[in-house]
Amino acid sequence: MKIAEAGHEVDLISVVPVKRSHSVCAQGGINGAVNTKGEGDSPFKHFDDTVYGGDFLANQPPVKRMADMAPQIIYLFDRMGVPFSRTREGLLDFRRFGGTLHHRTAFAGASTGQQLLYALDEQVRKWEVTGKVNKFEGWEMLSLVLDDHQVCRGLIAMNLQSLELKAFQADAVIMATGGPGLIFGKSTNSMTCTGSAVSACYQQGARYGNGEFIQVHPTSIPGEDKLRLMSESARGEGGRIWVPRNVADTRAPKDIPEAERWYFLEEKYPAYGNLVTRDIATREIFQVCLDGQGVGGQNQVYLDLTQIPADVLTERLGAILEIYEMFVGDDPRYVPMRIFPGVHYSMGGLWVDFEQRTNIPGLFAAGECDYSIHGANRLGANSLVSCVYGGFTAAPSAIEHAQNVKRGDTETSAIFDDELKRQQEINDQIIRNEGTENQYKLHEEMGKVMTDNVTVVRYNDRLKATDEKLLELIDRFHHISINDSNLWATQAVPHARQLWNMLQLARVITLGALNRNESRGAHFKPEFPERNDEEWLKSTIAEYSFEAPVFSYEPVDISLIEPRKRDYSKGRTKAAKMPQEGNELKPTSLEDLLVREGKKVKN
Amino acid sequence: MSEARGHHEKKRLDNPPKTVKIKIQRREREGAEAHFETFEIPYRRNLNVISALMEIRKNPMTVEGKQTTPPVWDMSCLEQVCGICTMVIDGGVRQSCSALIDDLLLNSGADTITLEPMSKFPNIRDLKVDRSRMFEHLKQVHAWIELDGTYDLGPGPHMSNEVAHERYAYSRCMTCGCCLEACPQYHEHNYIGPQAIAQARLFNMHPVGKMEMEDRLNGLMGEDGITNCGNAQNCIQVCPMSIPLTRAIYETNRDVTVNGLLGWLKK
Repeated sequence: MKIAEAGHEVDLISVVPVKRSHSVCAQGGINGAVNTKGEGDSPFKHFDDTVYGGDFLANQPPVKRMADMAPQIIYLFDRMGVPFSRTREGLLDFRRFGGTLHHRTAFAGASTGQQLLYALDEQVRKWEVTGKVNKFEGWEMLSLVLDDHQVCRGLIAMNLQSLELKAFQADAVIMATGGPGLIFGKSTNSMTCTGSAVSACYQQGARYGNGEFIQVHPTSIPGEDKLRLMSESARGEGGRIWVPRNVADTRAPKDIPEAERWYFLEEKYPAYGNLVTRDIATREIFQVCLDGQGVGGQNQVYLDLTQIPADVLTERLGAILEIYEMFVGDDPRYVPMRIFPGVHYSMGGLWVDFEQRTNIPGLFAAGECDYSIHGANRLGANSLVSCVYGGFTAAPSAIEHAQNVKRGDTETSAIFDDELKRQQEINDQIIRNEGTENQYKLHEEMGKVMTDNVTVVRYNDRLKATDEKLLELIDRFHHISINDSNLWATQAVPHARQLWNMLQLARVITLGALNRNESRGAHFKPEFPERNDEEWLKSTIAEYSFEAPVFSYEPVDISLIEPRKRDYSKGRTKAAKMPQEGNELKPTSLEDLLVREGKKVKN
Repeated sequence: MSEARGHHEKKRLDNPPKTVKIKIQRREREGAEAHFETFEIPYRRNLNVISALMEIRKNPMTVEGKQTTPPVWDMSCLEQVCGICTMVIDGGVRQSCSALIDDLLLNSGADTITLEPMSKFPNIRDLKVDRSRMFEHLKQVHAWIELDGTYDLGPGPHMSNEVAHERYAYSRCMTCGCCLEACPQYHEHNYIGPQAIAQARLFNMHPVGKMEMEDRLNGLMGEDGITNCGNAQNCIQVCPMSIPLTRAIYETNRDVTVNGLLGWLKK
């Protein structure tokens, strides 16, 4: 949209019609410190909450820029006609979300992601009509095309009906391909969230940052085919997490008196209560169930909304309560929901500098598929704002690159033909293979071993065993045979390619976790239960090699807020002080920030 | 019991079967002959149609023991917000992710569930269809707000929560096509159908969107326009998002009449 607005042309490549992308699943809202509730909220506090919630692993300058830009982003969506909920005065309404004490989250019912995505889809459709945007929906990205200077000159994509491969030439490529939840088999992600495209970039030399940081959402609805998200907004609106104090208590939840309920989050974290950050809530719920305290001794706890009037719930949370009722059958307005943590979001992703540039010139990344902003843990309602921020930053960077880059001298048609041929050979090989392995079963095995060992609680011996298992699966992958003799619109070939890419990325996640001997944000090791800033206040960088990912580490830019211990059991007494006049931390002008980041980028 | 007022326990199968049969319409590619194949899978209480299809895909063998190709269908969010997995299930159009096997068997009293692709769109293969024309319809009705630019121009117009709510109801349309599948008037290119009309209404209701109302109404005044609605009201019955489609058609029709009259007077 930004690029089209600047007068340039864009090919938009998407596996599904863009209106059906995974962002539709984002429920709760979008953060921005607009401060309409007289709470003294400010972008600086949003910045501080995000950095603090991310356990200080994020480079701070881009986080600050995002928090500063957030109110503008929300206003822009407001102008696009997103039906945000309103106050009596007709202004935007804001709700509370996890990891903050302020009402900072703008929302459109309980399907905010859907509404924001639709607004962007509508605007892009307008550019489509003017001819600035060409959509290629139903195409999957397979690889980058790099010239002899390793500059990205375009990409190869596959038509998902005909399996036709096509080379797309480009001055710049922006990845906005979301997360890799399907590596864990069942997650809250859509079935398109394989991380395949990003993994392809990684295997061609793009650096992958902080892969081991995977957010497990505290409240999801276990299902046969996926884990459905129960938004944090359910707790934002007053939902309470509890289990019966007595595990053997078989009474219906409403018949259990208050005194015999254990509201374990409220007890342990009186200030934030049910709205502690996601990593903490997840770990507490997981531990309660591990200790056999789950409802009925099973892996489930109550998320209780029944104390809130049914009509209020319908208005503010209708969409998500419908999902629960639709898939489980109980009406959450009258019966507490049964929930359990589920893999939700990857804080890690393609390494980018402060202008969303990857290490491959001409390749940019924005959104969940890049590693910036969220550090070791993402706050609720920060994903929508971060992906829009990422796009708004990547677009001018891409334009700038396109206008100034020095490209390799290679005869360009040759590099496209070569890459096209290489990709066609991979497809042909997959189609020719006649082994005994079943690709969907391999996927299930990968999902299980990753969910068992690389999610909430991580042990080094199990992480090692997981990598061995992944190597075994990679080996067995060579013996799959697609069980589809009809290649028209077959899903077996694309799935096989995704599976290979997922296996590669799974190793990055697992080995990154194995190496990091500390606990920080979503990464928790009982053998190393504390955050260790001396040794591990650094970003993990993985680079592909045939044998195994090669890891290096990069210092975190903590130039704006000094790291402090995260402690949600008390109020925010230790929060960074709003900088005083003349203080170096004063909210900087964009120019100041760019200078500082310019320095950083050149390092 | 008073706190559970308004809540009815969900009905479940009393004697769930050991297995369930899934009868699927197969088509190799657009234009090829269609035929049915039946598969049998173990019953589990929380199965939905998608998990049944996933189970079949792993090892596609019919009840007759014939090895066949895996059925092809579209799926993405599995939470009934993306609209992609829409198909005709036991004769009714709906999303397959939210179609629970238990409910389907309970409703039909049968031991077989029948899956067919939507019939009003090109059938690419098996259960997969091409609904791109619905997105074209959105272009035809100018379904967006015209912005001066995406730079910072402050907040949008004040709006009452009531208007926001009314617009939200329309804005939840996921372009799934259920309304078109169920509409007796809609066949390929003869009628733009309820979804596009409702989207025109969504933007005509917005204080800024209103300024392009004429463009939107013009998109609805052609041969395939709003007057093709036969008032069968099937659309509102099948809409999974409970969008007030008939109301959108009624209100937009009124706008079209007024607009047409004004245009005539101007001449």
